[in-house]
Amino acid sequence: MAVGLTLIFGVMRVVNFAHGDMMVWGMYLAFVFATKAGVDPYVSFPLCAAALFVLGVVVQRGLVDRIVDAPHEMQILLMLGVALVLENAALLVFGPEPARVRSALTRETVWLGPLFIDVARLVTFGVAVLLTGLLSLFLFRTSIGRTIRAAADNTYGARVIGVDVRRVYAVAFGVGAACVGAAGALTAPIVPFQPTYGLTASVASFNIVIIGGMGSLLGAFLGGLLVSVAESLGAVFLRPSLKELVSFSLLIVILLFRPAGLFGRRAG
Amino acid sequence: MKALGAAVVAVAVLVVLPAFPAVLSSYAVSILTLIFFYGFLGQAWNLVGGYAGQLSAGHAAFVGVGAYTAAVLFERFGITPWLGMFVGGALAAALGGVIGYLGFRFGLRGFYFVLLTVAFAEVCRIVASNTDAVGGALGFYITFTGNPRHFQFQDPRAHYYIALALMLVATGVAWLVERHRFGIYLGAIREDETAAEALGVDIFRYKLYAMVLSSFLTGIGGTFYAFYLLSLQPGSVFGIPLSVEIIIRPIVGGAGTLLGPILGSFILTPLGEVSRAWFGQGGYHGAHLIVYGALLIGVVLFLPQGAYPYLARLFRRAQ
Repeated sequence: MAVGLTLIFGVMRVVNFAHGDMMVWGMYLAFVFATKAGVDPYVSFPLCAAALFVLGVVVQRGLVDRIVDAPHEMQILLMLGVALVLENAALLVFGPEPARVRSALTRETVWLGPLFIDVARLVTFGVAVLLTGLLSLFLFRTSIGRTIRAAADNTYGARVIGVDVRRVYAVAFGVGAACVGAAGALTAPIVPFQPTYGLTASVASFNIVIIGGMGSLLGAFLGGLLVSVAESLGAVFLRPSLKELVSFSLLIVILLFRPAGLFGRRAG
Repeated sequence: MKALGAAVVAVAVLVVLPAFPAVLSSYAVSILTLIFFYGFLGQAWNLVGGYAGQLSAGHAAFVGVGAYTAAVLFERFGITPWLGMFVGGALAAALGGVIGYLGFRFGLRGFYFVLLTVAFAEVCRIVASNTDAVGGALGFYITFTGNPRHFQFQDPRAHYYIALALMLVATGVAWLVERHRFGIYLGAIREDETAAEALGVDIFRYKLYAMVLSSFLTGIGGTFYAFYLLSLQPGSVFGIPLSVEIIIRPIVGGAGTLLGPILGSFILTPLGEVSRAWFGQGGYHGAHLIVYGALLIGVVLFLPQGAYPYLARLFRRAQ
């Protein structure tokens, strides 16, 4: 999901505070598909991604587009408003109780060398790697991907050579949101979730993106690994409830000394 | 006309507001208390977030530090919160100084500064919920004595007057800042940091001053919070939702204006309470935030300067 965020930020310099809440909507969509239609989340995740793509485009076209040139602060506040609406809409629709999606795969387990691991986690990890790969192919090998990167590097220049920047923004925001939707649907079988999870997820993905480096897909992916490893180590060596402390301290240090992140190219 | 306007406001403040508790129901008084209190917090935030344009999204940290300091000093050492509030304010100011020093020294702007403040508030929350001496995740409880010397009152109207006084003091501070060179420097920093620096404004120093002043006031607010509710949970006093509550009022009312935060609080607090009561009946606690979110989107899109400048323009045109 950090990959989606880094795409949105990288291209548009818009900070998407609604990110985690979009992920929660992805989770709940997977939940609805699973409970109402009996579709396994590992099958329905493209549908969730498609739905979030539409949501992303709508938010971009309807709201962000109007203020894309406004100061950064206004965009942060706008997305904060969107986040509040999405999170509490989920609260109204689905209620505050934690939900969990059952997938056939969560009951299967395999030995992986010395590790005992359930198949669902493996599949989620595998699909996440695959999606990151596909996304970089999309960005580096297709023509719309190239225009997205062009608009990210130099909006003015892209406009000069005839790129419809507004359309590119809409696509980038949609693809970013779709990544989050897929991520939500894919993690839904692994962790129990509730509407308020959105805020936690947003903050966590900001952590990952900042630590990995803004605007870098590889950085987002490695940042995700780094943060989860650091948190697990913190949980083992300190106390489980202190694990977030590790990632926030890491965030503060990175913000101060390498604001562009470990793998980023430049500071925003 | 301006003098007349000021006179009307002064009469309202001096006569009408103090007289309210005598005529209104206790529910209305409690809502007004919250309006004043959030107006106060908004005004404190306004110093750094509005006038100086440094969007701090971690002001809950200062509320929490002020609240815990005064509560612990009172419960463990028997020190009256009337003193404890200043200790809490000082500690909050120290924290604000550290955050401001790091953030401004390393030149973090915009989103990066937002994240830094959020990260510090979250660190405070996690530390508080893991420190057993202050109750850990269960929270810290203050014994009710009802003794005014302990900042505790049998009569809820006392809280009303204290909250009103806090709001007026913070507004007075903002008024002084606005009228002095300091406020002009802050405005220059908000509009264009680079240009302000080029003109010889010591931007680091003035941003830091604004941050320290703002966190000091917010820390004092924390003491009020602690002794109004008599129980502290790390998730609620240090949490991001409280920071959002603090920010949203001045933004909606008009950040960087003297009356914006108060106007914002008069708009949002009753709205929040009513929708909270309405949604709360169905068991959907927290869903009132949907109203905040929608309002925030609307304000950003249509009134980016907030409601107060807009109303002021309307008022002037009407004349």
